Amino acid sequence: MQQIDISARRTLYRDPERGVVAGVCAGLGQRLGVDPLLPRVVFVAAAAVGGMGVGAYVLAWLLIPAGPTGSATTERLRERPGSARTAAGVALLTLSGLLALRQLGILFSDAIVWPVVLGAAGVALVWRLSTPPGEEVAVDARPEVAERAQRHWATVGVYRGGFGVALIVGAALLFLYANGLLVGLRNLALTAVVVTVGLVLILAPFWWRLLRSLAAERAVRIRSQARAEVAADLHDSVLQTLALIQRRAQNPRAVATLARRQERELRAWLWGSPPLVAHDSVASALALVAAEVETEHGVTVDVVTVGDAPLDEPARAVVAATREALVNAAKFASDGPVSVYAESGPERLHVFVRDRGPGFDPDAVPPDRHGVRESIMGRMERQGGRATVRAALGHGTEVELALEREQ
Amino acid sequence: MTPKKPSVVIVDDHDLFRAGVRSELEGAVEVRGEAGTVEDAERAILATEPDVVLLDVHMPGGGGVEVIRRVALHRPAQRFLALSVSDTPEDVIAVIRAGARGYVTKTISAPDLAEAVSRVRDGDAVFSPRLAGFVLDAFAGDFEPAQVDPELHQLTPREREVLQYIARGYLYKEIALELSISAKTVEAHVSAVLRKLQLSTRHQLSRWAVERRLVE
Repeated sequence: MQQIDISARRTLYRDPERGVVAGVCAGLGQRLGVDPLLPRVVFVAAAAVGGMGVGAYVLAWLLIPAGPTGSATTERLRERPGSARTAAGVALLTLSGLLALRQLGILFSDAIVWPVVLGAAGVALVWRLSTPPGEEVAVDARPEVAERAQRHWATVGVYRGGFGVALIVGAALLFLYANGLLVGLRNLALTAVVVTVGLVLILAPFWWRLLRSLAAERAVRIRSQARAEVAADLHDSVLQTLALIQRRAQNPRAVATLARRQERELRAWLWGSPPLVAHDSVASALALVAAEVETEHGVTVDVVTVGDAPLDEPARAVVAATREALVNAAKFASDGPVSVYAESGPERLHVFVRDRGPGFDPDAVPPDRHGVRESIMGRMERQGGRATVRAALGHGTEVELALEREQ
Repeated sequence: MTPKKPSVVIVDDHDLFRAGVRSELEGAVEVRGEAGTVEDAERAILATEPDVVLLDVHMPGGGGVEVIRRVALHRPAQRFLALSVSDTPEDVIAVIRAGARGYVTKTISAPDLAEAVSRVRDGDAVFSPRLAGFVLDAFAGDFEPAQVDPELHQLTPREREVLQYIARGYLYKEIALELSISAKTVEAHVSAVLRKLQLSTRHQLSRWAVERRLVE
C-alpha cells in the first residue's frame, strides 16, 4: 500500500474524489506534497486578476488524467466519438446558420456569433451526455450489475459534462466580455439573465437525469427484494418438498400427500389466502382441519365454504365434529376425495362431509364405536345441534352436522 | 349420448400438462390440436373446429378469457371448458362470464374430465363443487331491488338445492336420485344457473369480474 502511494505521487493526476471541481488542485497538492488549499488559492487569485486561472484550470482539467487508471478528458471524449462529433456538428450548424443570416443582411457582430456557437456546442455536449449509453443497450437484469453500471455512468457523465459546462460558461463570459459588460458591469440585469440562462441550460439535463435514475434505482431495489423473497420461499418449501418426493418415490401415497400439502402452501402464498394458522373463523378453521387430516391420513379433502362466521364455542364443537367425520371418512373411504361443504351464517352452521367409500349401515355400528357415537353425535347434541349419518351401499357415506344458533 | 368421440383442442402454456392431459384422454376423446399461446390457440381452434376447447385460465397474453374473446368473433358457438389450478373466485367467474360452459380444477381424474368434456360437447354446463360454492356465495342474500329483471338475479329454491348437492360432492345422477328428478332436469337447472351467472349484474359478480380485469 505504501509503495503504491509513493509511486502515485511521482506523476501528476487529478483526484476527482477529493476535489472540489474536477480534482485538479487536489491532485496538484498530492503531487507537490502540500495542502490542496494552497493551489486552490493560487488558481482563484489568478482567476480574479485576469481570468488566467479559469483558463489554466480548464486546460489542466482537459489534459491531466484522473488517477493512474483514468485518462484525460480529451481522450475520453475520443473514446465516445458520438458526443464530440455531435457537439462539433451543432457548433458548425449554428455557425453556418448565423453566417447565412449575416449574408442575408441581418448583421450579427462577432461579439454575438462566437459566444452563440461556443454555447451551442456546450449545450449539445451536455444534453448528449445526459443520456448514459446504458439506456441504449439491453438492461442487465441482475440488480448489482445495473447498479454498478448506473453509478459508473453517473461519474463519467459528470466528467464529460464538465467539458460542456466549461464551453457554456466560456461562451457566457466571452459574450459579456465582447460586449464590454464584464468591465463596467453597467448592465447588471443583462448579466444576471445571461448567467441564469447558462445555468438552466447546464443544470436542466442533469436534474432530469437525476430524477429518472432515482426512479430506476428504486425499481431495481424493489425488484431485487421481491426476487429474494420468492427465492427464500421457494427454497424453503418447494425445493424441500421436491427433494422429499424424490426420496420417497416408491411410496405413491406419501408422494401424493407431500404434493398435496405443498400445493396448499404454495396456493396460500401465491393467492394470498390467509395462512392456515389463522384460527378465528369457521371457514379458516375448517381449512386447517382438512389440511391436518390430509397430512395425517394421506387422503384428498376438498373444502367448499359458503359464508363465514366467527369461531365461538358452539362453532368450535362443529369443527371438532367435522374433524372426526373426516378422520372416519379417511379410514374407510378407499379412494377418491372426501368433500366438505359448509354453509355458515349468523343463525345457522351446516356442514356436510361426504366420502365415496363402500358405505356402511349406520344402525349396524356397534355401541362401543366411539368415533361416530361420542365424538360426532354426542358433541353436536351437547351444543343443541344434530348429526345425521346417511349411507347407501356403493354410494358413499355422508355425515351432516347442523347447528341452529340463538341470537 | 352420441357414440362419436368428442373432438378437443388443448390450450395450456404448460407443455408437460398438455402432454399429460393428452395421454390421459387418449381413447376417450379425439385430440385435434394443442396450443401454448393465445395466438396459437386462436389459429388451432379456427382451423380444426373442435367440439370442445380445454382452456387454461392463466396464460401469458391475456389468458383463457382472451382466447374466448378472440374465437367468439369468428365462431360464437365454440364451447369451452376451463381447466385451471386457480381457485380464486375472480378467475373462475371471469372465465365463465367470458363464455366458458364449465370449470374444473386440474386435479380432476381422467374419467371425470372425459365425462365433463362430453357434457360440454352436448351443450350442458359443468360445475365443480368449488364453482357451485362461489355461485351460492355470489347469489346469497336478497337481490338488489334496483335490478330490472329479478328472475336473472336470484336462484330458484330448486337451483340452490342442486348447487348445494354439487358443492357436497354429488354427481348429477346422484342428485337426480336424491331429488327424484331426471338427470336431464338436473342439467337444465345447472344450465339455467350458468346463464344467470353469465348475465346477472349482481354486485358480487361484477366486483369479481372487475377485480380480475384490473389484475390481468
